[in-house]
Formats: sequence, structure tokens, C-alpha cells
Amino acid sequence: MTARRATLGGHTYEFPSLVEVMAKATPHRSGDVLAGCAAGSEAERVAAQTVLADLPLTTFLDEQVVSYEDDDVTRLVLDNRDTTAAGNVMSLTVGGFREWLLARAAAADEAAISGLARGLTPEMVAAVSKLMRNADLIAVGRRARVVTGLRSTIGLPGRLASRLQPNHPTDDAVGVTASLLDGLLHGSGDAVIGINPATDSPAQTIALLELIDAVITRYEIPTQSCVLAHVTTTLRALEKGAPVDLVFQSVAGTQGGNEGFGVTLDLLSEAHAAALELKRGTVGTNVTYFETGQGSALSAGAHLGVGGAPVDQQTLECRAYGVARHYDPLLVNTVVGFIGPEYLYDAKQVIRAGLEDHFCGKLLGLPMGVDVCYTNHTDVDPDDTDTLTVLLGAAGCSFVIAVPGSDDVMLHYQSLSFQDVLTARQVLDLRPAPEFEAWLGRMDLLGPDGRVRELTADAPAARALLAAAR
Amino acid sequence: MSSDAFDLLRSATRARVALGRAGDGLPTARLLEFRAAHAAARDAVHSPLDVPALVASLADTGLEVLEVASAAPDRATYLQRPDLGRQLSGDATLPAGEYDLALVIADGLSPLAVSEHAAGTVAAVLERLPGWTIAPLVVATQARVALGDPIGAALGARIVVVLVGERPGLSSADSLGLYLTFGPRSGRADSERNCISNVRPPHGLGYAQAADTLVALLQASRQLGASGVVLKDEGVALPAGAG
Repeated sequence: MTARRATLGGHTYEFPSLVEVMAKATPHRSGDVLAGCAAGSEAERVAAQTVLADLPLTTFLDEQVVSYEDDDVTRLVLDNRDTTAAGNVMSLTVGGFREWLLARAAAADEAAISGLARGLTPEMVAAVSKLMRNADLIAVGRRARVVTGLRSTIGLPGRLASRLQPNHPTDDAVGVTASLLDGLLHGSGDAVIGINPATDSPAQTIALLELIDAVITRYEIPTQSCVLAHVTTTLRALEKGAPVDLVFQSVAGTQGGNEGFGVTLDLLSEAHAAALELKRGTVGTNVTYFETGQGSALSAGAHLGVGGAPVDQQTLECRAYGVARHYDPLLVNTVVGFIGPEYLYDAKQVIRAGLEDHFCGKLLGLPMGVDVCYTNHTDVDPDDTDTLTVLLGAAGCSFVIAVPGSDDVMLHYQSLSFQDVLTARQVLDLRPAPEFEAWLGRMDLLGPDGRVRELTADAPAARALLAAAR
Repeated sequence: MSSDAFDLLRSATRARVALGRAGDGLPTARLLEFRAAHAAARDAVHSPLDVPALVASLADTGLEVLEVASAAPDRATYLQRPDLGRQLSGDATLPAGEYDLALVIADGLSPLAVSEHAAGTVAAVLERLPGWTIAPLVVATQARVALGDPIGAALGARIVVVLVGERPGLSSADSLGLYLTFGPRSGRADSERNCISNVRPPHGLGYAQAADTLVALLQASRQLGASGVVLKDEGVALPAGAG
């Protein structure tokens, strides 16, 4: 391991390890300051970026950020890497790779960009993202095409799907149903109807899965359900014959972070295989769903890399994508503003992180969505989530999350509202997943312009759906 | 008639369902309702604790009231550096003694909750603890729960209870939490604490109810010489409403 140097304004900055180059090249965020790995000045950050730009991409094959011997995420990524997928790109530097991506994006060459995924490692993708401006992340992100499916198709051009999240503080069936129907009436739910249960137990998970399944079956909705319980809980429910469309798990970018979530890679493989067995898909066979978020490894105290140095949270987030992609997910989303101001302090940091996470996930081959959200002690408000939503729509984000009136009454944070999804689709000319859009048409929920209509409670289409509330 | 089915949705959940639309956006009244709730939560986080007013409201306890600050110099640092909110500032001095219990009133993420509910809760707790030796009350600013550990240790208290403003929700900006730790010292894990959440009459727990639960936990903790998961596992009989 040799120290790397860059001279800027007459001052020479030295970076003893690859871990430090990566951390100090990262745009400013509170979580890296908390971890003690952030650049000490703006000039040092640019110096680190200058060093990073000149590193060959192959550096990340020869030198690890988190050691191969000690960490099963590193082993999973390197042992399964397709050595031919990235082709000639592997002869580039990180800075050259940025330019290559921008050139292909400008030529709308989706095949070239999307074909790289299995040849890239999370660290390569994190590295190039650190050199990029927000506009670069958007321009390239929208050309990284990842299409997945189960009963609806996610990620097609010109589409923006949404997860309908009808959470309730006590998992009350009537309360959940009210939020669920409200979402359907607003054209939400094409990515998944997904509930965070208040109680993580097999019995509760089964009850909620059966509730959603009954609505999906009654109205023949081309979408899938998910109860975001721990993967072991979902496996128990599955063994008892529950209608499990997707197995869900939060994942992190280190072995220790995943242990903090109570999961191992073997456990995820077992769950993936069990869900595949059920063969519940109609248009595809993607049966897993993962959530991630910058800061999760640090909050578990599992953020150290080679030499015991703290790894920056954005690199660790990309490594979580390295975990997720191994299980052919239908959906992956970062919960970008949820974890708190000690990781992402304000709107500038949250917006940047949302765009990074989308770009990095897509480049690594994930069907990437974003929970555009915030807590009340973060310096973010709905104007900021509007901004991020429009930017993500422009970047080709696969899906967002929506709750009634932006207010998640179970998790006590704010995400997008159903109205926000309608607005994003309207201003960016995006449509729901095709199967779901056709269903909205069959239910007479679309106007002549193809947009979701506003209904009075006694409109036949509203009465038909609301019958399930009685 | 036309609103019946939507009323049914609204009556089924506290979630903000059937808000209506203005084009693809929200009706103005619904927009302003949301803003009002968010504003209350933001103000609860950022309005500093009125320490003199709080100290005055604690006069009836007859106990001395001490003031300390954490190592986080301001609100912005406090929010970004939870580690600093768990340490005492360099110039903090606390008189060592020998006490059964120390009560620490910490602004936390909602100084509003502390202003509204701390004095009432302290009074209700103290009247239920005859015979316990109680350390001087401590008011701590820019404080996290774990700041109670060095405070309790410095005072020489066997148990510390931190009354702290909880992270404001959209419809609950003034929620107070009570955290009990036996044998306070820096480095205690969260699993070594017991928590009573959502003290917020009239919507959440009342003072008497919260104090009943806390005193049951205190007695059990003193008996066992421990707190946290152990205490829960011992199946301490708690009054109804224990959170």
C-alpha cells in the first residue's frame, strides 16, 4: 500500500490508503464527519478527487477497501464478478470512465452503459460517482436500463412506478385497507403494495399478506404484495403457506452490518430460493426486495475497512447494492432521508445522496427506486422532496414510495404523497407500469388523457373499489 | 351523500386519506394543515429550552436545581454529532454525593416536550418515592439520553432517570420519554436502559400513569441491581399503559 499525493494551490495532500482517497473524495456529508473520515477542507476533497480521477479502474481489483479475508460482501462481489462484461472500460482510469459514461449517455447508448453492470464492482461505481456532478448522475442514470418483473414490469422507459405503503400504527386491518384503497384510487401501487408491520411476527405477517392478497385477487390487480418483516419472519410465514410474492430484507455493505440486521448471505439465498419455488409471477421471476440507506453500517458500528480505517458511507452503500444484486431483485430502494441528520444533515446532502444512490444502483444493475423522505429533525421540507422527486424522475428512477398525505403514521416520518406521484408523472410525462396502467383503465380510473381521474365518492369507479372497505 | 364513502376511509385510520385533489396537487386547506403540523415539529426541535422558566417550575420540589450542557456547542452540532450530546461540556461541575436516584431533565430533540411535561412528571414521581434519597435535579441542554450516565456517575447516584424530549412526530411535537439506567457510568448500552415513551397528556400517557410505571421499574431495578433487558425479562409487574 503506497501513499498517494496531489498538489493543489502549492499544498501537497497525502492519502495513505485507498480507503482514505475514497472517503476524502466524497462530497461533504455529516455521516462521514461523524465517522471521522471526511476531508478536512474543501481543497483536500478536491485533491482526493484528483488522485481518484487518475487511478486505473483495475486498482479496485488489486486493492480492497474492505478486506477479502474478513468480509463476505467483498468475497461475494469479487467471486461473482463477470470478468468480461466491462470489456475495454477496464483499461480506463476513474476519470476516463466518467467521460466514457457521459459520452455514451449523450449518444443515448443504453446497451453500452447497461451491459457493464456485472463487470463493475461497487467500489468502482462509488469512485466514479464521487467525481460526478448531480447533472452527470442524472444524465448517465437515465441511460442505465434495468427491467425487472413479477406481475408488473418495473423500469421501462417513460415509466415511474410507486410503492403504495399503507402502514398503520397497530396493523389494524380496517386502517390498512383504508390507506390501501386511497392509494389505488390515486393510481399508486404498481411497484408493490408494501407494509412495514408494527409487529414483526409470523402471525401478523400472514394476516397482512392475506389482507393485501385478497384485495389484489378481488380486483385482479397486476401488482405484488410485500410485508417488510425480517426475512426469517417471512420464511416462517412462507412455510405456513402464506401468499408471499416478495421476500424483503434491509441490507448493508459489510458482513458486520448485515449481522446487525440479523442476516447472512446464506439466509438470503435460502429465502430467495424459497420464494422462487412459489412461482407467483406472470410477467417475470424477480422475487426479492431490498432496502438500503447511507449510514446503516456506521450506525451498526460496522463501517471499518482495511487497516481499521473508517470507510465513507456512500462506498458502503454501493457495497450493499453488491449484496442485493446477487438475489435478482424486483425492487431495491434507498431510504434516503430516514436515518437522520447525523448521516445526511440537510436537503443538499439528501438530494445529492438520492441521486448518487439511484445512479450507483442502476449502474450496478439494480431496479433502483428511492424513498424520498425526511424526519422532522433533518433540515428538509416538502419543497426539497419536490426537487429531489423531479430530479429522480429526470434520472429515470424506477419507483418511489407514497403514503397518504406524505405522513407515515407508523414509522413517524414523511415520504411522498399519492398526489406527489401524480404530479411527477404529469410534469415529466411518465406513466405507471404498463400492466397496472391497463388495469387502471379497466377500472375506469383514467381520464381521456390517460391520467388518473379525480373521483367523487359516488362515482361508479370509486364505489367499485371502496366496496372493499365495507 | 357524495362524501359518505370517503368519510368511511377517514374514520378508519389516523392516516391522511381522502384528502382530495387540486389538479394533481393538494387542496389548499390540506396543504396548510400539513405545513402547520410540520412547522410545529420543526419549532419543537429548534426552539431552545427556556431554562429559567423550567427551573422556576421545579421550585416546588424543594430540591436544588443544577444546570449543565453537553459538549455540543449549538443545535446544528448537536443534531450532527450525537456523540457530543452524550458527553458533558468541559466546564461542567457536579457535586459528588450518595443518592438512591438522580433525575436529569434533558432537552433532547423536543425542548417543547420538556417545557410542557417535565415539571409535572417530576412532581408525580417524587411524591411516589418517600424514603428515597434524591440528588439535586439536573437540567441538561443539547443533551442525549446517554448524557445521564456521566451526570449520574458524578452525582453518585445508584440510578439515573433521564426525562428527555423525544423526536417530534408530525402530530406529536411534545412527547416526553423517561429512561431509567441502574449504575450510571459512561459507556452504558441502550439495552441496559428501560424506557417509558409518549408522556404527553391528554393525548399520550398522563403524569400519574407514567410515574406509577416508572416507580414500579425503579423498585424492581433497585431490588435486582440492574436495568434494561434483564429487568424486562424478570417480568416486572407494570401498571396498565406501560410502554
